Amino acid sequence: MASIGDGSERQRIAQQRLRVLAGHLRRLGAEERPGVAAQECRAGAGTTEPDDKPPCSVPKRRQDIMKWNGWGYADSKFFFNKKGQGEFTGKRYRLSGLILPSLKDWFEGTFGANLQHKSPAVPSLNTSAVAPPSLNEAFVEELKSTGIPFSHDTEDRVFRAHGHCLHEIFSLRDGRVGRCPDMVVWPNCHNDVVKIVELACKHSVCLIPYGGGTSVSSALECPPEETRSIVSLDTSQMNRILWIDEKNLTAHVEAGIIGQDLERLLNESGYCTGHEPDSMEFSSLGGWVATRASGMKKNIYGNIEDLVVHIKMVTPRGVIEKSCQGPRMSTGPDIHHFILGSEGTLGVVTEVTLKIRPIPEYQKYGSVVFPNFQQGVACLREVAKQRCAPASIRLMDNEQFQFGHALKPQVSSIFTSFLDGLKKFYITKFKGFDPHHLCVATLLFEGDREKVLQHEKLVYDIAAKFGGLAAGEDNGQRGYMLTFVIAYLRDLGMEYYVIGESFETSVPWDRVLDLCRNVKERIVRECKEKGVQFPPLSTCRVTQTYDAGACVYFYFAFNYRGLSDPVHVYEQVEHAAREEILANGGSLSHHHGVGKLRKEWMQETISSVGLGMLKSVKDYLDPNNIFGNRNLL
Amino acid sequence: HPCAAKSSGRGSTEYSRRYISYPDGFWDILEERRRTSDLSHALRTFNPQPYKGAPPCSSSELNRAVLESQFLRHVVKEVSAESGEPVEVVRDEASGLLEEMSQNLQLTFIRLLGFSLSKVFKRLFQKILINEEGLNRLQQAIPEHPVILMPNHRSYIDFLVLSYIMFTYDLPIPVIAAGIPLMSMKLIGEIFRRSGAFFIRRAIGDDKLYWALLSEYVRTIVRIGFAPVEFFVEGLRSRTLKSLPPKLGMMHMVLEPFLKGEVYDISLVPISISYDRVLEESLLAHELLGVPKPKETTRGLLKARKILEDDYGSMHVCFGEPLSVRGLAKGTVNRWQYNLVPRDLPAKPSEETLGFVSGVAHLVVRLQEKGMVLSPWSLIATVLLQNPLGMDLDALIQRTCWLRELVEGFGAVLHWTGQVPACEVVLSSLSRHHSVVRCEKGRVTLVEEAGASPATPEEGVFRRAAAVLMCASYRNQALHVFVRPALVATAITSPTVTDEDIFAHFQFLQDVFSNEFIFIPGTSHQDFEEGCSSLRKCGAVQVCDQQIRVTEEGKDTIFFLTAVLEPFIQTYQVTRDFEALSSDVQKNVLSGLVRMGGVTKLKK
Repeated sequence: MASIGDGSERQRIAQQRLRVLAGHLRRLGAEERPGVAAQECRAGAGTTEPDDKPPCSVPKRRQDIMKWNGWGYADSKFFFNKKGQGEFTGKRYRLSGLILPSLKDWFEGTFGANLQHKSPAVPSLNTSAVAPPSLNEAFVEELKSTGIPFSHDTEDRVFRAHGHCLHEIFSLRDGRVGRCPDMVVWPNCHNDVVKIVELACKHSVCLIPYGGGTSVSSALECPPEETRSIVSLDTSQMNRILWIDEKNLTAHVEAGIIGQDLERLLNESGYCTGHEPDSMEFSSLGGWVATRASGMKKNIYGNIEDLVVHIKMVTPRGVIEKSCQGPRMSTGPDIHHFILGSEGTLGVVTEVTLKIRPIPEYQKYGSVVFPNFQQGVACLREVAKQRCAPASIRLMDNEQFQFGHALKPQVSSIFTSFLDGLKKFYITKFKGFDPHHLCVATLLFEGDREKVLQHEKLVYDIAAKFGGLAAGEDNGQRGYMLTFVIAYLRDLGMEYYVIGESFETSVPWDRVLDLCRNVKERIVRECKEKGVQFPPLSTCRVTQTYDAGACVYFYFAFNYRGLSDPVHVYEQVEHAAREEILANGGSLSHHHGVGKLRKEWMQETISSVGLGMLKSVKDYLDPNNIFGNRNLL
Repeated sequence: HPCAAKSSGRGSTEYSRRYISYPDGFWDILEERRRTSDLSHALRTFNPQPYKGAPPCSSSELNRAVLESQFLRHVVKEVSAESGEPVEVVRDEASGLLEEMSQNLQLTFIRLLGFSLSKVFKRLFQKILINEEGLNRLQQAIPEHPVILMPNHRSYIDFLVLSYIMFTYDLPIPVIAAGIPLMSMKLIGEIFRRSGAFFIRRAIGDDKLYWALLSEYVRTIVRIGFAPVEFFVEGLRSRTLKSLPPKLGMMHMVLEPFLKGEVYDISLVPISISYDRVLEESLLAHELLGVPKPKETTRGLLKARKILEDDYGSMHVCFGEPLSVRGLAKGTVNRWQYNLVPRDLPAKPSEETLGFVSGVAHLVVRLQEKGMVLSPWSLIATVLLQNPLGMDLDALIQRTCWLRELVEGFGAVLHWTGQVPACEVVLSSLSRHHSVVRCEKGRVTLVEEAGASPATPEEGVFRRAAAVLMCASYRNQALHVFVRPALVATAITSPTVTDEDIFAHFQFLQDVFSNEFIFIPGTSHQDFEEGCSSLRKCGAVQVCDQQIRVTEEGKDTIFFLTAVLEPFIQTYQVTRDFEALSSDVQKNVLSGLVRMGGVTKLKK
């Protein structure tokens, strides 16, 4: 059950190698560029599109392919067809075009929702509901003379006025739009950013950097108290890989590039970064740096702070960067760490040098079923102790395991469904696992084939000590797919009175179980107290392991029928859940960041002296609060 | 009604009839025992619903978990380093201590106990009345969170009655914290152990290993939640029948699993046990006068069989509303304080935590007081003590009725149903307490202990004092009802106190008497308000323009209330009074004086 079959696997590897080789060949033949190449920014004379621009998965006019009031691509969404079966539209995902027969039962059963009770969104953005832009004429005039593209089109502005917090999406679905940036500007390169920041300082304009727009911390919300003209600085056009250094295995990349493009372009050269946050389809390199992002495969490749070798950032005080690319330095506190996690309050990250790796030869998914969550956590702890974690190892609790099953596509043959039944029988009846307690860990191994198989055996042996049973590649792969479609599922829920969100924390190993139990229970009780009529979905998974602890991710959703202000209730419960996390030794955030949503806890989190330190950095770099998104501090 | 449904053969009409006969919601559990077989009661199917997710845990498993805990391993190492003894020796010592301590709950013994207690209780008591509503709440609380049963402690009977009730109502049998003297009773000690008692040494002092064992033992039970924990927050039996200031050690151990996030919440259930007549009444009085407590022995117990022949009236067990520790801690304790040190290492609790623990413990004792069902005899004793030379029966009845109205106005629950004529109630109380009072020719007087005429004047004093102290103990059962209005009354009638100073004086008195009566720390304002509002409601005072004035018709009430406090005030002023001979009072006086800086404590 461990491998799909050698034939197809070999074929896959062969194809991959071919692709890699093709990439190499193309580079050698068609270009004169040496292995290490530098590129000049061609700003200046009002060119609109530079000709050497690589194709970008998300266009400048986001509205062309993205939803204006939900997650992701406009062509991809869940819906219930006339027969009441779940379906996923589009062609982009593995799930696209498939029928999901168990989704409806799970959905109705879990939330007490009913397909008859719909809560549809307003069909389109009512542009007249958006306040007209308040422009700083002098700024606009001078900007024009630089030739840097900008816009104050309403749709452009609305798209950059929000991230993906529940309250932000809920308002949009309701047709409500709050304070928007007054204009959007698209710098093409580092020098463009320097000019924009200079002009903003000169004319006292507020700048809010915008990368992929996937924030879930209210970081992109325009502060309502801001009286200056707000300019959204969209980095999406700064999306080139400027050079690749194959001797040192680094790549110098413009910070506006989004994850999927970065990975695709590097793959063409036979490399990858291995940085795969759940939002990598849309989130940008600069955003990762600004929020201290974490990738699914950090066990092999590291989190963003381990990946960056060099960062260039434009601040009102000037450009900050290091003078060399030494792999480690003892030169006082690392200035990178003032930039990492600064959440757009200090300046704009324009260029980043990242570590890269050759594309791994072999990849294999896997999964392990445990009789209960405690055993699962114990196993992950042991894996972390032995420092043998695969590229990714995640443990879903029982609710999420069932959730995963609801997304199983229709099986084509009777034989498969018979096999599924047999597997279920083996685990629940023969092995005596309680279907209401068992939980599953999903695994992803990467590397050369031999080592992967060795590694796999090691991990499965440890799992067996904790009562874990190998449960196949399919379950593992479905688990990871869930990550990419979960945000689409929220949009489906919102069509039927169900709202929800995810949030995360990191916590020492000895407190993982207590924290998970207490936070889940707190959510359930708070919902009841706040008048939620139906039991909520309150579920968690351990998504990352570290030497000294783990990252825990919570999903929380409920049916809000009968509530007059569901978003307020939601926010109260999330607030309570965060308090519970903090009281149980969890951190304020593992990788989502603080934004404005979690600001109130910053002082207790890093001490008032710590906060003062950060403030003094802000005061030095940006005394006039040009980068005025008011995140973090 | 889940409890009603559980008990076999109870028709709904019968249920409602009984419910009507006890309008305050109490219900006699002995009634059914008198009708049906004790044996089948003892052998009934017992299948309680435990705390959710709690796996069954044998006593040896529990002990192993305690010994192998990170916490204990750490302490053993520390103790070994301090004492120079090898780690193995210390560990063996710990294991031995744990063996001495641990409970060994077995259903068979619960059944045995159930059978014998049915017999004993029926002999001793007319009724054992419990509030069903409270029991229902308890039943609902048990599957939700670990439950801590916190009864007050007036008699040895307290020990077993809760287990008996829990057994009868198909609720999990608690493990009970008991004093070590009980253990040393042959046979009985073992029976107790197998009925769920675990034994704690007195005066642990700074024996680090013992503290560690005890606290880890208690915390483990709470964490696992396999059985409710029962302990007496007052620490020991109250010899004066007055609530004792709570002991905080055990309270802290019980609360810690919540504070450290090891359980989501804990339910504390205050339980008030009140007796019409306490089995040990005369023993208690003698102990107070300095006669050493007879050693608890099985032989002693057998000899005490003769007490089975006396009438002890009714016993009330009132299960209070379960308190959510999480709710109590909200806004009081910052649980972040446990984030920076591993939770299973020994650490001194913070000031904040200690304050919280003390507040909770005091609150529980207060709630125990509020749940007490007063016996008419408590009122009679109060009246008699104010007339030490005795009084006419008619006057006594009249005064008792007056007092009844007053205490009911103050919100106390009285075991005195409306229909029964007052004289009957008073007479039956007098006859039940024939060892303390006598009614001859229409005159009621205190009885001095029987025996040869006193050889020395000292012995005469002793006998007289024993009678007064017994009487005072029963008055003490009602003191918590009076103490707040009485303190206000004392403050407003004190000649040297001006209007502005009334509250300050009230606070001063509270401070002086904080060992004597239970006041929740930091709630003086509420206490004062409560006292004033009680006085206003009974018409004793009027409040206008921020001034408290005694009304004409309230003078009697005020006089009565100040007289209730008078013995305490006089005692504290160290004038001569029989009650001053009570070692308990002396101890409280001393610690009061030490606290106020009147005297200093020298180490012996």
